Amino acid sequence: MSHKSMNLTLHVWRQKNAKCDGKFVEYKADGVSPDMSFLEMLDVVNEGLIGKGEEPIEFDHDCREGICGTCSMVINGRPHGPKERTTTCQLHMRSFKDGDSITLEPWRAEAFPVVRDLVVDRTAFDRIIAAGGFITAPAGTPQDANALPIPKENADLSMDAAACIGCGACVAACPNASAMLFVSAKISHLGLLPQGQPERYLRVRDMVAQMDAEEFGTCTNHGECEAACPKGIKMENIARMNRDFIKASLTCRPTTTGGGAG
Amino acid sequence: MELNSRIPDGPIEKKWERHKFESKLVNPANKRKYRVIMVGSGLAGGAGAASLAELGYNVDCFCYQDSPRRAHSIAAQGGINAAKNYRNDGDSVYRLFYDTVKGGDFRAREANVYRLAEVSADIIDQCVANGVPFAREYGGLLDNRSFGGAQVSRTFYARGQTGQQLLIGAYQALERQVGLGTVKMHSRHEMLELIVVDGVAKGIITRDMVTGEIESHLADAVIIATGGYGNVFYLSTNAMGCNGTAVWRAHKKGAAFGNPCFTQIHPTCIPVTGDHQSKLTLMSESLRNDGRVWVPKKKEDCKKNPNDIKEEDRDYYLERKYPSFGNLAPRDISSRAAKQVCDEGRGVGETGLGVYLDFSDAIRRLGKAKIEEKYGNLFEMYERITDENPYETPMRIYPAVHYTMGGLWVDYNLMSTIPGLFVAGEANFSDHGANRLGASALMQGLADGYFVLPATVSNYLAGLKPGMRPAADHPAVKDTVSAVKARMEKLLSIKGTKSPTHFHRELGKIMWEYCGMARNEAGLKKGLELIPKLREEFWKDVRVLGENESLNQSLEMAARVADYLELAELMCLDALQRRESCGGHFREEFQTEDGEALRDDENFCHVAVWEYQGEGQVPVRHIESLSFENVHLATRSYK
Repeated sequence: MSHKSMNLTLHVWRQKNAKCDGKFVEYKADGVSPDMSFLEMLDVVNEGLIGKGEEPIEFDHDCREGICGTCSMVINGRPHGPKERTTTCQLHMRSFKDGDSITLEPWRAEAFPVVRDLVVDRTAFDRIIAAGGFITAPAGTPQDANALPIPKENADLSMDAAACIGCGACVAACPNASAMLFVSAKISHLGLLPQGQPERYLRVRDMVAQMDAEEFGTCTNHGECEAACPKGIKMENIARMNRDFIKASLTCRPTTTGGGAG
Repeated sequence: MELNSRIPDGPIEKKWERHKFESKLVNPANKRKYRVIMVGSGLAGGAGAASLAELGYNVDCFCYQDSPRRAHSIAAQGGINAAKNYRNDGDSVYRLFYDTVKGGDFRAREANVYRLAEVSADIIDQCVANGVPFAREYGGLLDNRSFGGAQVSRTFYARGQTGQQLLIGAYQALERQVGLGTVKMHSRHEMLELIVVDGVAKGIITRDMVTGEIESHLADAVIIATGGYGNVFYLSTNAMGCNGTAVWRAHKKGAAFGNPCFTQIHPTCIPVTGDHQSKLTLMSESLRNDGRVWVPKKKEDCKKNPNDIKEEDRDYYLERKYPSFGNLAPRDISSRAAKQVCDEGRGVGETGLGVYLDFSDAIRRLGKAKIEEKYGNLFEMYERITDENPYETPMRIYPAVHYTMGGLWVDYNLMSTIPGLFVAGEANFSDHGANRLGASALMQGLADGYFVLPATVSNYLAGLKPGMRPAADHPAVKDTVSAVKARMEKLLSIKGTKSPTHFHRELGKIMWEYCGMARNEAGLKKGLELIPKLREEFWKDVRVLGENESLNQSLEMAARVADYLELAELMCLDALQRRESCGGHFREEFQTEDGEALRDDENFCHVAVWEYQGEGQVPVRHIESLSFENVHLATRSYK
């Protein structure tokens, strides 16, 4: 562990709201400890700005444990920064060195409009889940959990996909701003489980339709999404989704999903 | 104030069944005429909003995050308890009930705890039906692990991300209802006030965190499920945005507060590294299944490389002091034991505030691959934060504020002392007494959301005529909106010199010092002197830049800190008046010769229920007596 403090130069995207134009503004971050997390470094910068009477940099963050998926910024051109499989909040300043220049931008995608500074609107993801990313099983008294054995391999693969935190780094990394890694992770999580079978094809049809309606781009196999994903979600999920989608387009009749309330 | 806990009659095993049968129902065609507000979208809020909408009610659900999927339930790592007895190790509903009452140091209400244990098995069934990918064995059946305070394996888990998976399950059910139009989701909206009309909760005031608009929302019932208030301490394992505003505002409107001083300090968190620290990260209690906790026997060994300290020079203090539970002693006991060895000067790490959690024995016994499978993601997280490899060097851990057992007082129906206001999950005081057992928070959140609220809220609504919500121009609504607007304007107009975070950090220091892991009369009195001074300074000197009419995180923070500065005082007052030690509340004056908590059942076998009396007035302490008819009061021993 190094204890030398660092002096850094930040180039931060500042944008008042979705309608205004934004621009990069330069800030100095001096005396940064390598043990700080990236967001703690920004906290210190913001305290300094408040001290000087300047409005602090707005950025999304919450759990700071790498699980809630709130933090979202492009650091030196990479969503969540330089460290593999690490969210911004789990990135520590020991990944940088004294004198570094760091550029900070919001997620850039048509479907994720900027709210302010580094904060974007990701509600498109919620709408995709609402379109079909669920298993219809209202609260009540279903069968005993062990009445439905699930091979460990399937449960583990489903869990791998379910580990998605919905941060949107995959979209930010993709040159097409495609959401297919996110959508396919949900398709895999539920489609690999026996409980998910009854709605499997309706689910993929409706989620993909919503994804398109939100104006996310399509996948052209760049693979940037998998590289940027802090949770290691794999592109094989996209292949699985495509297979299910083809089958769905050939077999599904035009119906609506969901069973109606009650 | 009249406190009626509304515990149903009859033997404990029959109470919930009977209560459900005796509860009134709402005709399916009438359900859509009612509107329910849910504040919070975590396990209790998300599951509750989805379940009430499934029944046919209209639900408005609010969260401060950008999506309901981000509620802090997501960060729970270890697991969820359920009395399934899949292991054939002697578990039962009664045993889970017993363990929880005992674990809570006999300060919880028996009937509520029994109901929690009773519905626990249904929760697992419901989650599996929703697609939660719990860990399984090769035969395809569900796997279990052990947790603190229990001698059976009843904890279900999904790697080290159980909370995430359970929350995603509830979130998906919630989004399904959003798609069907029965739930209207209001993300990036923070509840800033409760609307009470003629003594009945009828709605809330929120601030749209993007536009700054102060809005009123009216309903037939309001449910608060906004989690705990551990962030009063500034440093805690809570998310940065978790706050006490909703419960505190409801308290000031007449909802009594139960046991505000009951705070859980979790024994296994990554130690603080410096002043820049913004939050603390938990290392799951499940690690204590295989990790052994120790410190050097001799002070002079503390700075050595732990791998160079010989076996005979190590003090495995939990195994030594609590041989039958060992490293799985409950959280309050483990935390206190860590503090004791550090106070003796045997703590490790740079600050001396740390103990080792060592996996070398487990790695030798089970192999690295097995340990990686069980805890890989936790080890990775530890390494990311500390830059040390826990497969080679023992982890360093220290206790940190994690959970608040206290919360708004509720009756058996989860209704507060304001009719029409329900409180669920960590936000209420009800099930964990003075100490919560590991893997029980997820259980309570989902029990409240999936099973308790749908029954009890329906019963309440059945007694109301549909469509009787007040109009938006009702004087009580307009006055509340004006008061909230004035508060925001006030915060922006002070234009002082110090940031909201400065005041929050200062408050945290006071609380940790005087109302933390060990408390005493002099310290609590000191805290009660310092907090009002800090609060006064805050209202004179806080600096909130920008305006209300845009995203303004400083303003959000300032409003929350203003409420912490009041809530903190009530916590100290409650801690001062509870002249006994129990669970997470350890008063130094009341301990046994060997430093264990000394309860006073004669004078304190009750819930302290605080009633707000107005600005600057001393609140009134009422009591709800607790009777233990099933689990007999006994000194809690894990030796």
